[in-house]
Amino acid sequence: MTTLPQETDVLVIGAGPAGLGAATVLAKSARVLVVEREPTAGGIPRHCGHYPFGLREFHRLMKGPDYARALVGQAVEAGVQITTRVNVVRLEPGPRVTVTSDAGVTTIDAKIVLIATGVRESSRAQRLIGGEKPGGIIPTGALQSMVYLEGRRPFRRPVILGTELVSFSAIMTCRHARIKPVAMIEQNAQPTARWPAALYPQVKGVPLQLSTTIRAIEGRERVERVVVDGPAGTRVIETDGVIVTGMFRPEATLLDGSHLEKDRATGGPVIDAFGRCSDPAYFAAGNLLRPVETAGWSWAEGVAVARSITAALAGSLPQDPQHSVTLKGDALSWVVPQRFGRVGETAHRRFQLRVNRPVKGRLSVRAAGVEYSSIRIDSRPERRITVPLPPHAAPVEIVLEET
Amino acid sequence: MSHDVSALPGRFDVAVIGAGVVGCALARRFALAGARVAVIEKAVDILDGASKGNSAILHTGFDAPVGSLEQSCVAAGYAEYLEIHGKLGLPLIKSGALVVAWSEEEEALLPTLMEQAHQNGVADVEALDETAMRSAEPGLGKGARVAFRVPREYLIDPWSAPYAYLLQAIENGAEILRGAEVTAGRRSDNGWVLETSRGTVDAGLVINAAGLWGDLLDEKLIGRRDFHIKPRKGQFVVYDKPAAKLASHILLPVPNKITKGVVVCRTAFGNLLVGPTAEDQDDREHAVLVTETLEALKKRGEEILPALKDQQVTAIYAGLRPATEFKDYRITAHDRTYITVGGIRSTGLSAALGIAQHVLKLAELNLAAPADPVWPTVPNISEFSPRDWQTEGHGGIVCHCELATKREIQKALDGPLPTKSLAGLKRRTRVTMGRCQGFFCSAEIARLTEGHFDRPMAEKAQ
Repeated sequence: MTTLPQETDVLVIGAGPAGLGAATVLAKSARVLVVEREPTAGGIPRHCGHYPFGLREFHRLMKGPDYARALVGQAVEAGVQITTRVNVVRLEPGPRVTVTSDAGVTTIDAKIVLIATGVRESSRAQRLIGGEKPGGIIPTGALQSMVYLEGRRPFRRPVILGTELVSFSAIMTCRHARIKPVAMIEQNAQPTARWPAALYPQVKGVPLQLSTTIRAIEGRERVERVVVDGPAGTRVIETDGVIVTGMFRPEATLLDGSHLEKDRATGGPVIDAFGRCSDPAYFAAGNLLRPVETAGWSWAEGVAVARSITAALAGSLPQDPQHSVTLKGDALSWVVPQRFGRVGETAHRRFQLRVNRPVKGRLSVRAAGVEYSSIRIDSRPERRITVPLPPHAAPVEIVLEET
Repeated sequence: MSHDVSALPGRFDVAVIGAGVVGCALARRFALAGARVAVIEKAVDILDGASKGNSAILHTGFDAPVGSLEQSCVAAGYAEYLEIHGKLGLPLIKSGALVVAWSEEEEALLPTLMEQAHQNGVADVEALDETAMRSAEPGLGKGARVAFRVPREYLIDPWSAPYAYLLQAIENGAEILRGAEVTAGRRSDNGWVLETSRGTVDAGLVINAAGLWGDLLDEKLIGRRDFHIKPRKGQFVVYDKPAAKLASHILLPVPNKITKGVVVCRTAFGNLLVGPTAEDQDDREHAVLVTETLEALKKRGEEILPALKDQQVTAIYAGLRPATEFKDYRITAHDRTYITVGGIRSTGLSAALGIAQHVLKLAELNLAAPADPVWPTVPNISEFSPRDWQTEGHGGIVCHCELATKREIQKALDGPLPTKSLAGLKRRTRVTMGRCQGFFCSAEIARLTEGHFDRPMAEKAQ
């Protein structure tokens, strides 16, 4: 059992791409401790046993587990201390963090804390899907860890709910374990993700059913069938499992009991362009900020926020007043960062946004009421949209005019 | 499988059929009275029927029909729970309840309900005008008019309580046969020989605590039934832990003729629940969740506590109450060898210990109680008492949302009453019951439970 230090310069919560990316940079100039609650460091890519990972970070095409190992190796080589099976249970001003591990409950004091706890998928319960509660209804994350980490097969011919990128990852995971999905079900009229052409052969053979919802899951012990409502009316699909994919939510439970401000729209913390939370001794990066980005994007955010943290440790991070960032247009669901106070060497150089339904229109950025830039968008939920930060500090409005 | 082979050797004073909350309490009461007890359960784990889904409240019985058997059992069960919970390691969250009137008609009913509470021996009810009500529960929605407080309505852990009852029975000599359906029974010289799917059980007294199947079991064993089970489905929506700060009392509606109505309350596990619905059905086995009903429950929840709009749903579930055509419980000693305990609908959790006292009296057995009975304690999984993760040597957290440890899981898989199914493990440890519903921990749980469950969570791929 590793003894946990009682204090460090930077405490990173979460050993996924964002946390490890930041830790590796920070270890050049500070003592860095990463606490990870899973038995192994590496984050979600550990159980994504497929391509494509690593292009941005390692300039080569890697599978998730190899990529995760490479990130961990890099961090350890840089001098980062990584501890696993350590759960954070409380965040306090100070910053002081309470953890539990096999050694019991202890506290760790740090100069800076970086929260990088990632995301999880929305469950069947959150979607209020009707029917019974038999075994065999699982998120993609659980499927992947069963297949890739444990060599197990929870079902043989499941239904896949959702058409986000992760839904295709679910198909690839099934293929790997010789599980044959019998249908892919999407409530909208079009799939959510752009289908990478290279994946087409993998996806082929799984019937895609658009404008379709699951009315009920049936079976007492195990899933036996699902009842779906679609363009052809109500019908029954014989199946033995349901993979409930996507609709990610930040894994932000730690914020709920803490002093840190949370953004209802993203479900993550409120941050400024430096990646600082409402308590400037706390920073956040990666998918905790918003649902959901790629591993490479999260890693790059970690690296960028690490530069802010280095400046903060040196006392050179500006403490300017923070202005609000407001969304105008009901199709806009969230924006990150939510506060804006200074231009220049910020960690986030652009605002990230998402829409909550398919939209076309003009998206403009206004600083203190003056339009600074605009783009035309033709977007759908879960697709990345970014716009530049304005050139001077001011209250910001981001306005969508639909056409 | 042969029906002639004895499933549990020897002769038992009492065979309790059904290991729901009532069966578990009966087993405990008779074992503590000195009886040799066998418990026969058809599911692979205990609490698999009506007892798996309820609202987890310890009721005073303030609104029970005056003079009813239900009222006396609830009152006695409530008193005994208060007496024994500490010794068994069971939680008691002293939340109190508010009965809230949402219309003029409901407001007019409050004095009658308070009078009924007095008649039922619950004398500490207290009327609250709107100001007092809102100061007691600032989160209540605009439509709330006035209320009365029932200070001693409490929250408990609905699964650890019956588990503790049965564990105490076992520690004091009772035996349990799970995965055994009673298929037939014949009277013997001095009692019964029950045939089950796992062999025979020989007992002097048979107690039917078969819940949703009680009337059919009576028909099977004594050739008649005095009541008909009419399952009443209740759907619930459970919110994530941050929602629990929105209400401190149990928020009860003014009951109508059919049901206590939609309740909003915290749970012993630190969540907040909204439910149940009351939907009569014929099906005894399937409690089906319906999206539109769940949406309506959420909407009603948001009327009661508007701040629920910003809260996340953690779980949804549906339970079946074994209602009958009668309002009161159906507890009958048909003769010296057969007692039916039927129609224990929504108040079973509160009344179980009281029902057991009542049935012991009905049984008129000549028993010698053990002088020094064993008092086991059960692991605490409530948020309101210290949890395993707070003590060293727990082996690490497996379920991150509920902070369930490896040590807790191993304890539930071993011990005198090892859990045999994921559903059972959930009730004993909370694993996969949290906000991620298994996203993070399913794979590890599949590995840890290998060889323990009747139906494995996932097969080995090769």
